[in-house]
Amino acid sequence: MSTEEREDIPLHIPDAPFRPGDIPVFEEWTWTPQDLTKPDIECDADETYDHSRGLIRVLDDEGMASGEWDPKLTYSELLQGLKHMVRLRIFDDRMMKMQRTGKLSFYMQSLGEECIAIAQTMALNEQDWIFPTYRQPGAQFVRGRSMVSMICHCIGNVEDNVKGRQMPVHYTYKKGRYISVSSPVGTQFSQAVGVAMASKYKKLDEVTITWIGEGASAEGDYHYGLNFASVFKAPVILNVVNNHWAISTHYNVASGSANFASRGLAYGIPCFRVDGNDFLALYSVTKWARERANSGLGATHIEILTYRAGAHSSSDDPSRYRPSNEHEFWPGGDPIERLKQHLIKNYEWSEDRHLELEKDIDEEVIVAYKEAIKYGDLANGPYPSSDTIFTEVYEKVPWHLQEQWDEMKKWSVD
Amino acid sequence: MVQSVNSALSNMLEKDENIILFGEDIGYFGGVFRTSDGLQKKFGKHRVFDSPLSEGGIAATAFGMGINGLRPVVEIQFADYIFPAYDQIVNEIAKVRHRSGGEFWCPVTFRTPAGGGIRGGHHHSQSPESQFTHTPGLKVVYCSTPYNSKGLLISAIESNDPVIFFEPKRCYRGPFYGDPHNVPTWKNHPESEVPESHYKIPLGQARVAMEGNDCTVIAWGTMVHVAEQAIKDSGLSCDLIDLQTLIPWDKETIINSVKKTGRCVIVHEAPKTSGFGSELAASIQERCFYSLESPIIRVAGWDTPFPHTTEWDYMPSPPRIAAAIKKTQEE
Repeated sequence: MSTEEREDIPLHIPDAPFRPGDIPVFEEWTWTPQDLTKPDIECDADETYDHSRGLIRVLDDEGMASGEWDPKLTYSELLQGLKHMVRLRIFDDRMMKMQRTGKLSFYMQSLGEECIAIAQTMALNEQDWIFPTYRQPGAQFVRGRSMVSMICHCIGNVEDNVKGRQMPVHYTYKKGRYISVSSPVGTQFSQAVGVAMASKYKKLDEVTITWIGEGASAEGDYHYGLNFASVFKAPVILNVVNNHWAISTHYNVASGSANFASRGLAYGIPCFRVDGNDFLALYSVTKWARERANSGLGATHIEILTYRAGAHSSSDDPSRYRPSNEHEFWPGGDPIERLKQHLIKNYEWSEDRHLELEKDIDEEVIVAYKEAIKYGDLANGPYPSSDTIFTEVYEKVPWHLQEQWDEMKKWSVD
Repeated sequence: MVQSVNSALSNMLEKDENIILFGEDIGYFGGVFRTSDGLQKKFGKHRVFDSPLSEGGIAATAFGMGINGLRPVVEIQFADYIFPAYDQIVNEIAKVRHRSGGEFWCPVTFRTPAGGGIRGGHHHSQSPESQFTHTPGLKVVYCSTPYNSKGLLISAIESNDPVIFFEPKRCYRGPFYGDPHNVPTWKNHPESEVPESHYKIPLGQARVAMEGNDCTVIAWGTMVHVAEQAIKDSGLSCDLIDLQTLIPWDKETIINSVKKTGRCVIVHEAPKTSGFGSELAASIQERCFYSLESPIIRVAGWDTPFPHTTEWDYMPSPPRIAAAIKKTQEE
């Protein structure tokens, strides 16, 4: 059988709205902190329809907090959040410099997205599990990991807790229940659901949080995760970080719908879309989701709307595929600036104090960096021993690996 | 090699309008290694486009397009990322011709950068060829130079069978002789001259990169260049066979060489156990047992995950390979 050819509308091939040379024009945000109520944690998924199509905000454009979602945090809690965010930004800046001078092989910064992991981890309990993407390293600051230890991992030196085995930014921090990302992105999303199922099976007061990029939400892992979480009512918080870009791929190519949040509704999971640069809104929604999860009511699905202000990684040059100043046109602003303004307008904070904070943290980062490179940098070593290639492949080294290990020692260049 | 791959893709897009290219970041951006740079502009976004980040989705839709008359050439950004597509490749694409009684087939080419040497850690360095040589229905190709990357890629795309086409990413911009501090470009390399027009290197044909009588050294991908250095360092005269196509491999070239030299070393960077070297060693001894003067030696990556900071102790190095070549001379 042959099909007749006809004149037709061609196959739809999506593209990014703006490319280098274009002047980006974003629609103005009309969402306000008054738009959306805070539903009961026992609500049906369908009751969150408006929450998935709108945008949950607490901070308005002037830096004032209002609405039902205001978590009413204390000044010291807010200040703690601000400090962690500033710490992450300055840390990232230093790591990018180290990468450029050959002291690390690679780096990925969280620029413009610092708020997410920090606000959300602060809203959790310390026994809760964290399954991040590579742009949530900030959770480790909240969980108390030392900066020196983080830098040693990124270098892959002799003090790297994963023994130089992984690329930079693939942090493992068991004490903080923080699991390593995997470069084949997205795998963490459904794994997190399994952790949550185990917590429930063991009758433990634990919730798991996980994130996935909007780009990686095209992977099967995302859909497996939603389905298992729905079927087993797992105590898990499922976040899609929509930062507009997956390397060069605009979110238009990740989904045919510009809304990622409401995907969970079809699974019977409550869905929220949240202003991802609003510390207070993120904190509040996460608290809600934790309470729901911990009450045996299952998962919450959250789209975090933000913008990847920096390059995908140190290997990427975004000026090849998007206007280099696109993020300045994006209406969501900068997460640090927005919380800073809120603190200045409502508390004893000021531009001078903020500058002082930046100076102190810069000093803290330099001290940490200097200590870390004492244990070796990528350009000059020392590196972990090559024996680490063979250890922890299995619980005990089998004979065939032992033979290869002995052989390797004859040729080792370390 | 980036340009030669690009040139092959360009020639084929020009030649056959049923050929389409898709994959992650390959459209407007031209791919993270720049291999499809400029092709969307030249051929339009209906011929060259970005896919969602979904290797399983890429493979499954390539299957559908393939049986409906298109000839998709898809990129899996790193060979390490191919595993979400594994089910679609192994159970569907590889077997559709056979299980449909020959009624359907799927002429898709999977291009994917593979191998180590770029400080990529275990998820940007693996060389998973033997996961596919063990799958009936797939052809498996591993290029090593600008010249053979183009000629082999054109043959792969024109093949009516599905092909997994590995590109050694360490060699995109120049050969690698085993010394990370020595970073030559392809300039002046004998295999760097690439015609602009369409040409083919048949699948199933190896390349004799060096000739000699003391030992047969078989390698593919980056290891061809590392083995070349090792042969020079050993001071011996060897046949260096760049296998080029792993399935189906070039029986005549290898058997004739081993019958001539009586000795054989097989080099690959993938783990030793169940690596393609095991298949070659077994087949060679079945066919050349009475010509062999010494045991066949495999020099391979260790049976461990690929490391990050210590990768130079993982990948076969010229001294390791040279020692193996010398050892074949002892008996």
